[in-house]
Amino acid sequence: MKKYTITALVANKSGVLTRVSGLFARRGFNIESLCVCTTEDEALSRMTIVLAGDEYTLDQMTKQLDKLIDVKKIAAAPEDASVYRELLLVKVKAPAEKRSEIIEIKDVYKAKIVDLSPETLILEITGEPNKLDGFIGVIEPYGILEMARTGVTALSRGASCLNDRKDYNELI
Amino acid sequence: MKLSGAEILVRCLKEQGTDVLFGYPGGCVLDIYDAIYRDGTLKHVLTAHEQGAAHAADGYARATGKTGVCLATSGPGATNLVTGIATAYMDSVPLVAITGNVTVSNLGRDSFQEVDIAGVTMPITKHNYIVKDIRKLAPTIREAFSIANAGRKGPVLIDIPKNIQTEACEYEPEPAARRAPRAVERAAVEQAAEALRRAKRPLIVAGGGCIGAEAAENLHKLADILNAPVSSTLMGLGAFPASDARFLGMIGMHGSDASAKAFRRADTVVVCGMRFSDRVTGDRAKFREGKTIIQFDIDAAEIDKNVRADIAVMADVNETLKALLPLLEKTERPDWLKEVAAYKEYEAANTDKALPAARILQALRAFTDADTPVATDVGQHQMWTAQYYPFEKPRTLITSGGLGTMGFGMGAAIGACAGTGRKTVLVTGDGSFHMNMNELCTAVTHRLPLVILLMNNNCLGMVRQWQTLFYGKRYSQTTLNRQTDYLKLADAFGAKGLLLADPADAPKVLAEAFAAEGPVLVDCRIGIDDKVLPMIAPGKSFDDIITKLD
Repeated sequence: MKKYTITALVANKSGVLTRVSGLFARRGFNIESLCVCTTEDEALSRMTIVLAGDEYTLDQMTKQLDKLIDVKKIAAAPEDASVYRELLLVKVKAPAEKRSEIIEIKDVYKAKIVDLSPETLILEITGEPNKLDGFIGVIEPYGILEMARTGVTALSRGASCLNDRKDYNELI
Repeated sequence: MKLSGAEILVRCLKEQGTDVLFGYPGGCVLDIYDAIYRDGTLKHVLTAHEQGAAHAADGYARATGKTGVCLATSGPGATNLVTGIATAYMDSVPLVAITGNVTVSNLGRDSFQEVDIAGVTMPITKHNYIVKDIRKLAPTIREAFSIANAGRKGPVLIDIPKNIQTEACEYEPEPAARRAPRAVERAAVEQAAEALRRAKRPLIVAGGGCIGAEAAENLHKLADILNAPVSSTLMGLGAFPASDARFLGMIGMHGSDASAKAFRRADTVVVCGMRFSDRVTGDRAKFREGKTIIQFDIDAAEIDKNVRADIAVMADVNETLKALLPLLEKTERPDWLKEVAAYKEYEAANTDKALPAARILQALRAFTDADTPVATDVGQHQMWTAQYYPFEKPRTLITSGGLGTMGFGMGAAIGACAGTGRKTVLVTGDGSFHMNMNELCTAVTHRLPLVILLMNNNCLGMVRQWQTLFYGKRYSQTTLNRQTDYLKLADAFGAKGLLLADPADAPKVLAEAFAAEGPVLVDCRIGIDDKVLPMIAPGKSFDDIITKLD
């Protein structure tokens, strides 16, 4: 299955997340990640949804979501026309004898140390999901105690904005 | 002027042109019922059960084209609406369901008769609301009506906590918003016109969208200009007159043989407001083989959902037809029309004329006119009605298509009858009737001129048919053996009961039924092994149509 990214501007009110996630469950589509955040307009939240499927799933999901009254704008965010970013926090075992190795890896990946204890480190890294996957692969042998990924958030490249698009409910 | 929430609700309903609502009182809607009482101008039909109210509002909407409104209290009142709301959702019927709920401060505390009806109905409504601020009540009600009628129509639910009904707020009257359909994308229509100009053997398939969009007149013009035969889905029946020589009847699982043959031979199929239900397409992949499919639909998500369209126009189907017609030139197709006429003749000559339900439904024509609403329940009687009763006009067949809700008929017929003021027919079965026959009391109380034809085969006929064909005649739980005496039952409810033991007596018994004033229940005895034919087994294609059983 391929991964597809959809970005949406949705009404910033309770129940909207349930409407969106409920639609996925009901139609049998799989969400890989869902990232919700505030926007420059306090009436709107921005959702970045990564789904696993094919072109059909992407087409159906976008159209079905577009019909929801609380989904104001929606579009697929293809890789070549979008900036994807994700943030990772990872707590890794870091005994004194391994610490310098880990710090070297951190520097290569331009990650940051954000917490330190006698036995552990928390590293923070931002980037495209692939970069995060690569970083995790390298750091894994040292022993990952726990980690948190935010899921992808995306913006389209260039001057075009999601807000410029027409909502389906304006077309009918 | 300052009004209570309950009063605002009543005013807003009247703004929207609501003249009758269907409902059932209870603890959390007492204030609304009090406002209705004090207002005194809104007609209210009290049903026996909230499910009946939801189906009645649905039947009202289907028959009149207006928005149906139902009202129920919190908790069980609200959950009893659920089947009715889901039925309306599947068939794109504009419905506004209003529920009361516990006060906002008691929400989320598992209070008495509290249920999260907004959560429950999320997948079966176009949108729903919990009104937690009295200032938002009027705008919410207006928006709900607008959403219910915008684009592909459907149900909207408004949950109003009890304190919102009693709190006061400034109210400013507003006229109901009129929504004009948007302009149609010209390029797509031109593409459709181009494909139709190339078509040798075009076939039009009318779906429920033709009725929802009031497109019957332009559909007729399309058939005229193309000289194309017309098939219809169950939901589209009435959009094209059954008496027209080009009408081939229903298409799909229990569609006509003529429709199936014409479909197989057609090179271009124009699908108007139809969603390619599995009951229509059977084998989805085979459905489009060797054809150009042109799809007109207001719902973008229906385009390419079940069957890929070669050309699609996403717009109101009536607007699409209006834009398309001037681009077409009248084309004569004597060979194609002769070919499909031969299919029709062949089918007519080879249909079992002794089938009791068919004889009764054909006798029924003499007592109804083209405007008579005919409601059905779900099962064999429903398919027979679709096959044998000639629907001439939109909004005359009131039936649950998508959800296939047994028990729909009684409520729906009450709603259709209350909405149109016409003598209304309900064709039902003994299985479906037992589900919501309690609504007979509603019809009696309101002295509704309802003729109920109960096709009594003492079994769940459609399920039995499947058990006969696909389950080795193992009749698990479908033989009813009920001892219900329908004549006494009708009498007990205050209705008239009649027995139609032999289909040959149909004209005589129906004459008596139609002469009566209030509701009449006719116990029509039919055979336990009567079948609905033709049939295409689920997932099979039009090549596998069964027209005769050994």
